[in-house]
Amino acid sequence: MIEIKNIYKKFGKLEVLKDINLSFKNGECIALIGPNGCGKTTLIKSVLGMVIPSKGDILVDQKSILKKYKYREQIGYMPQIGRYPDYMTVGQIIEMIKKIRNSDQELDEDLINAFELEKIFDKQMRTLSGGTTQKVSAILAFLFNPDVLILDEPTAGLDPLASEILKEKIIKEREKGKLILITSHLLSELDDMISQIIFMQDGKVHFHKTIADLLESTNEQKISKAIAKILKSESNEQNH
Amino acid sequence: MKKNLFLFFLFLLFSSFLHAKVIEVGANKPMKSIKKAIALAKIDDTVLVYNGVYKEGNIVIDKKIIFIGKDYPVLDGQKKYEVLSVKADGVIVKSFKVINSGYGTLDDPCGIKVYNRKNVIIQDNILDNNFFGIYIQNGTKCIVKNNKIKAYGKQEQLIGNGIHCWKSDSIQILANTISGHRDGIYFEFVTNSMVRRNISIHNSRYGLHFMFSNDDAYISNVFKNNGAGVAVMYTHRVKMYNNYFLENWGDSAYGLLLKEITDSNIIGNHFNENTSGIHMEGITRTRIEKNVFKANGWGMNIQASCMDNVIKNNNFVGNTFDISTNGSLVLNTFNSNYWDKYEGYDLNKDGVGDVPYRPLSLFAVLTERNPSTMLLFRSFMITLLDKSEKILPSITPDNFIDKTPLMHSMSL
Amino acid sequence: MNRIIKIIFLDILKNKIVLAYTLILALLSWSSFGLEDNSAKGLLTILNVILFTVPLVSILFATIYLYNSSEFIELLLSQPIKRKKIWLSLFLGLSLSMVAAFFIGTGIPLLINAPDSVGIMMIVVGCLISVIFVALAFLGSILTRDKAKGIGIAIMIWLYFALLFDGMVLFLLFQLSDYPIEKAMVAVTALSPMDLARIQILLQLDVSAMMGYTGAIFKDFFGTSLGLIMSFMLLCLWVVIPFYISLKKFKNKDL
Repeated sequence: MIEIKNIYKKFGKLEVLKDINLSFKNGECIALIGPNGCGKTTLIKSVLGMVIPSKGDILVDQKSILKKYKYREQIGYMPQIGRYPDYMTVGQIIEMIKKIRNSDQELDEDLINAFELEKIFDKQMRTLSGGTTQKVSAILAFLFNPDVLILDEPTAGLDPLASEILKEKIIKEREKGKLILITSHLLSELDDMISQIIFMQDGKVHFHKTIADLLESTNEQKISKAIAKILKSESNEQNH
Repeated sequence: MKKNLFLFFLFLLFSSFLHAKVIEVGANKPMKSIKKAIALAKIDDTVLVYNGVYKEGNIVIDKKIIFIGKDYPVLDGQKKYEVLSVKADGVIVKSFKVINSGYGTLDDPCGIKVYNRKNVIIQDNILDNNFFGIYIQNGTKCIVKNNKIKAYGKQEQLIGNGIHCWKSDSIQILANTISGHRDGIYFEFVTNSMVRRNISIHNSRYGLHFMFSNDDAYISNVFKNNGAGVAVMYTHRVKMYNNYFLENWGDSAYGLLLKEITDSNIIGNHFNENTSGIHMEGITRTRIEKNVFKANGWGMNIQASCMDNVIKNNNFVGNTFDISTNGSLVLNTFNSNYWDKYEGYDLNKDGVGDVPYRPLSLFAVLTERNPSTMLLFRSFMITLLDKSEKILPSITPDNFIDKTPLMHSMSL
Repeated sequence: MNRIIKIIFLDILKNKIVLAYTLILALLSWSSFGLEDNSAKGLLTILNVILFTVPLVSILFATIYLYNSSEFIELLLSQPIKRKKIWLSLFLGLSLSMVAAFFIGTGIPLLINAPDSVGIMMIVVGCLISVIFVALAFLGSILTRDKAKGIGIAIMIWLYFALLFDGMVLFLLFQLSDYPIEKAMVAVTALSPMDLARIQILLQLDVSAMMGYTGAIFKDFFGTSLGLIMSFMLLCLWVVIPFYISLKKFKNKDL
């Protein structure tokens, strides 16, 4: 579904992505993890066309996305920090995006109901808390039933209840056979959802494994512990 | 005996009336030729010419007759001859259409020319396409009235003047309309004369042009859209009242160009939409009062050679520049004019502004020194410079000032 | 595209600054015609508005709006919309609202008080100046991510065209006054949209003065129909070129 081929990205002198090669298939739920500043968000934004890679190519459905835009109809994106025009209300934002997309597809309004967002439709975006803003972002990502969902730190800032609702929604969508790409710091949150994991460091893919492989090779039950074990053994190797 | 003598004089009087006969000329009349009619005529006879076209070359009137046309008979010079030459005192020429005089730069052929005579009246004629229109050479007490003079000169060198007076005295030029000549009205060495209610438009050089013509008056004329406006030079005691100087546009075009004029009055005139309303060089002791300067490029251009002039009670409205000058010495007086650019106040409400006005803008000085700066006119930077100059004069002469500027325009 | 323009246009119209700008323009225009006893002076005030207020407000407002809508741009970018379309929509929306503000504030009083060639020329030129400075704002704001820097650039651009450029021309005119530079100076004005606009208005406003002296040279060029067409083409280039450069840059910008 998505193939990333030899992507490089430089911001000035800073190399953020170095020769990234990845491919994702439908029905997978992939976690993209790694320390701060490892290039996760840049990678995601490259897929979205918001960052233009210095070198390399990205294919969605075997077609290059560089200089294209139509493919974004298939992608729902939830940014890490959603930034919206201050003076628009929640309802206006949702209406506006609907107008821009102008799609006759059936809308997925599950999350609007689950988050009970109708109550605050007439509130201006600048008056919303971070968590509520995230809810709006989540709704927009899922609204048009996209085949690919890219969620950048989806649960950060959400209260436990909302977080749970979102997780359920993600699992539900995965079962529909969608490709879901999640970045997160909170490894414990990912347990029930993901099928593959990518660990990035210093702009490179450190490893890309299925969860089953990961747990097996480390003899652990939990993803967080497995990751910790790998990192620990590596740092030990480096120290010796 | 006395009674007989009286009867004798009465007889003489009547006989002179009887002798003053009318000779009719026309296609249907016994007399077909104007020249023959004039030859036959005695002093004080009338030659009455009926409608028709007369191509008789140069017609010379050499005795005191009344020469009159009926329904504008055409005298055609066929582009070869001077059409009508007046060589006798007291001749009256009336109601002819004089066309196609010869062309020549040496002998200046004319529609109608008066040679060294007195009391000639040229009235109600139409002059069309002549080299010179009406030419009065060394005339005295002649009247040129109500003529319509038109030519189609394209170049200055190829056309003469509409009404040309040379070395004459006590001439009256009244209510004529002149267009398409080189100078509409031209005076050289003409004294004690009056030019009144004429309209001079679309002439290729000056609407009115005079030199060395002292003690003349120019009243209620209209000079419009002439190549270079009106030029007045080397003359004393000129009176110019209530004239209109309009739309004289172009490089070196002036509403009124004054050069070496002394002791004159320029009062009640209107200068509208000229490149330069008045351009003055070497003007002395002249009063410029109650004129209106409106929408000119430059209202007045006063060269440094002018002195002791009084510029008073004029309206300056909507001119690009009200005043410009080329020097820093100011020997003229500005008093009680209305300047629409004045931004002062009048606390005691006497209609006179409480702060003096400096009519000379910085930019007027800049363009005088370097005409190309016109390119920057009305730019924001120039406006700033002008404003600061008004507060702290540095380049403009600080005695160039109207101490009693009026708050409201006068109705003139 | 129309949907996005409409959204942006409506969003700007709701902005109180545009409303205030329109009101101030209207106030200036009506009062300058109402207070002065001759309309020529009113026209001069409006000329200063066109050369001073309109460019300043256009460039500053457009710059600030662009920076403030960076979130909005980001949101749009994650949607299936061409980058070109987003940028063009922003440009058209901003231009349209600046032109509308100018037209309502100044154009209408002009049409009522001076419905002649001067008034019409002023309206056309004022609209063009609005659009040109919006285009320059796009160019300025794409150069830097920092809002404060961007506003600084906008003010510098305005200052350059309002003051510095003319100052340099004046300097050159006096330095080179011994040479026949009038024709060259005509060419130099093409480098400043404000000068082009000003001279076109001058030719209508100060006909008498422009007929004399060097004015005639400018009149011979700018006053002919060829000169008029050339001037307007150049003014249009002042819209197209800065916007086109900014569009190129925006297409390759990382957000």
